[in-house]
Amino acid sequence: MTSMLSKWLRTGLFALVFGLFSLSAPAFAQGSVNPTAQSVKETQLFQALKPGEALAGRVSIPNKAAGNLIQPGRDWRAYNQETLPKIGAIAILGVIALLVVFYLVRGKIRIDAGPSTMKILRFGAIDRFVHWLTALSFLMLAITGANVTFGKKILAPILGPEGFAAWASFAKLIHNYVGFAFMVGVALTFIIWVKDNMPSAVDAKWFAAAGGLLSKGSHPPARRFNGGQKIVFWSVVIGGVLMSISGWHLLFPTAEGISEAQFHATLHGTVAFLMTALIIGHIYIGSVGMEGAFDAMGSGEVDLNWAKEHHSLWVKEEQERKSGSRISGAAQPAE
Amino acid sequence: MARLKFLCDADRCIECNACVTACKNEHEVPWGINRRRVVTLNDGKPGERSVSMACMHCTDAPCASVCPVSCFYTTADAVVLHNKDLCIGCGYCFYACPFGAPQYPKTSNFGSRGKMDKCTYCAGGPEEDGSQAELDKYGRNRLAEGKLPLCAEMCSTKALLAGDSDIIAQIYKERVAKRGYGSGAWGWQVAYKETIAI
Repeated sequence: MTSMLSKWLRTGLFALVFGLFSLSAPAFAQGSVNPTAQSVKETQLFQALKPGEALAGRVSIPNKAAGNLIQPGRDWRAYNQETLPKIGAIAILGVIALLVVFYLVRGKIRIDAGPSTMKILRFGAIDRFVHWLTALSFLMLAITGANVTFGKKILAPILGPEGFAAWASFAKLIHNYVGFAFMVGVALTFIIWVKDNMPSAVDAKWFAAAGGLLSKGSHPPARRFNGGQKIVFWSVVIGGVLMSISGWHLLFPTAEGISEAQFHATLHGTVAFLMTALIIGHIYIGSVGMEGAFDAMGSGEVDLNWAKEHHSLWVKEEQERKSGSRISGAAQPAE
Repeated sequence: MARLKFLCDADRCIECNACVTACKNEHEVPWGINRRRVVTLNDGKPGERSVSMACMHCTDAPCASVCPVSCFYTTADAVVLHNKDLCIGCGYCFYACPFGAPQYPKTSNFGSRGKMDKCTYCAGGPEEDGSQAELDKYGRNRLAEGKLPLCAEMCSTKALLAGDSDIIAQIYKERVAKRGYGSGAWGWQVAYKETIAI
C-alpha cells in the first residue's frame, strides 16, 4: 500500500514539475527578448571584445567607419608621445656621439698611399642622379618628418604658435609630395644597384676585419660595394619600402580603421628614426670621415689609390674589362 | 566652474538622428562631416541599443597630447576645443581619439585633408564669442549665450543629456533606480576614467 502511494506521488510530482517547466519555457524565452527589462551594457560588450577590436555597430550615414562607437588604442598615445621621441633622440644623438668619438680616436681616414694622379670612373650620371634623388628627398622627408615628433618641443618655443603652425603646415605639404620622389628614388636604387649588392664571402672577410675602419693601413678587399655599403643599400631598400607602404596609408588616415592607422604611424615613425641614424653615419663616412670618398658621388671619378684601397677587386675587374681605357690622368698611353 | 559632459541614455535613444540633423544645421557643417552620429549596437538582435556619440571632451584628452602643433585647448568648463588657424590637418588626433570624433573636410587636390573639424560642445572656438569668423570656422557658440548644446536640448526622448557632470549623472542615476536597469554611461570610462555606479 505504501509503495503504491509513493509511486503515485512520484508520478504526480513528475507531472507537476514537467508541467511547470513547459509553462515556464516560453516565459523564459520571452524574457531574453524583452526590450525594456534588459539592456546591453557597455562593460559586458567591452568584455566580449578581443584585444584591439572596436565596440562597433550600425550607422545610417554613408561613412560606415563611423559605426565604431568606442575604439581601442589609447596605448598609441604613449608610444607617440613618449616611446617614439625616446627612440628618435637615442638613435640620432647616439649616432652623432659615436661619430664624434670615432673622429677623435681615428681621425679622418686618409688615402694610405697618398693621392694618385689617376682617376677612375666610379659612378656615372645615372648612378649619381638616382643617389641624389633619393638622398635629397630623404633629407627633406627626415627634417619635415622629425618636425612632427620634435617640432613642438624644439621649434614652437622659438617660432611662437602661429609661426610654428605656418612652418609645420608647409612641412606637411613638402612631406606629402616629396614622398613620391623618394619612392621613385628607392625603386631606381634597387634596380640599378641590386646586382652589385648581393651578399658574398668577400663581405664576411670585410666584416671580420671591421671594414678596416678601426686600424690604419687595413684594407679588406671589396668589389663595387663593400659589406658596410651593402648594409646601407638593403636598409634603404627595405626601410624605403616600409616607409612607402606606411606613408601611403598615412596619406589617407580615415580610409581605414584606427588600429590600422596606428600600426602604420608606429611603423613609419620607428623606421624613420632608425633610417635617419644610419644615414647620418653614411653621410659622415661619405664626406668628412674619409678622404676621397665624396668624389664618388660628386664628380663620379675617384682617386685610383683610394679605389685600390677600398674596392680592390672592383678596380681589378674594371681595369681588366676596360683594359685601362677608362682610367684618365696625366699619363695617357700613346695610340 | 562646471565640468561639462555628454551622457547618452541608450535605453531611451530611439535612433531618430535628430541630434545629428540639429548639429549639422546649427553649425552649417559641410557634407561628409559628422560631428555627431548615432550608432546602433546589436542591430536587430535582442538587447539592441542606440548610442548618440560625438567628441566626449575627454579629461587629459589624447588628441591634444598627440597634436604636433598643440592646437587644442581646454576651456574652464572642461570643453576640449581647437584652433583651426594652427591645425595642419595631419590626422594624428584621429589616430589617438577613441571615439572617432575628428573629421577632415576634403579640400584640395588628391582628396587631401583640410583642417580638422569636431564637436565644439556648441562652444565655438578661439575667435571672439558670437563673431562671424567663429561661426564660419567652428559654428554657433550657444554656450556663450547661456544655452546648452542643441543636440541634447532637442533630443525628443531626453536620452542625450548635456550639462554639468554631477547634475546629469544624478538624473541618470534616478532614471536607472526608477526603471530598474541601465546600460551605463557610454564612453565615460574611456573618456574620464570614471563611470556612474548603477
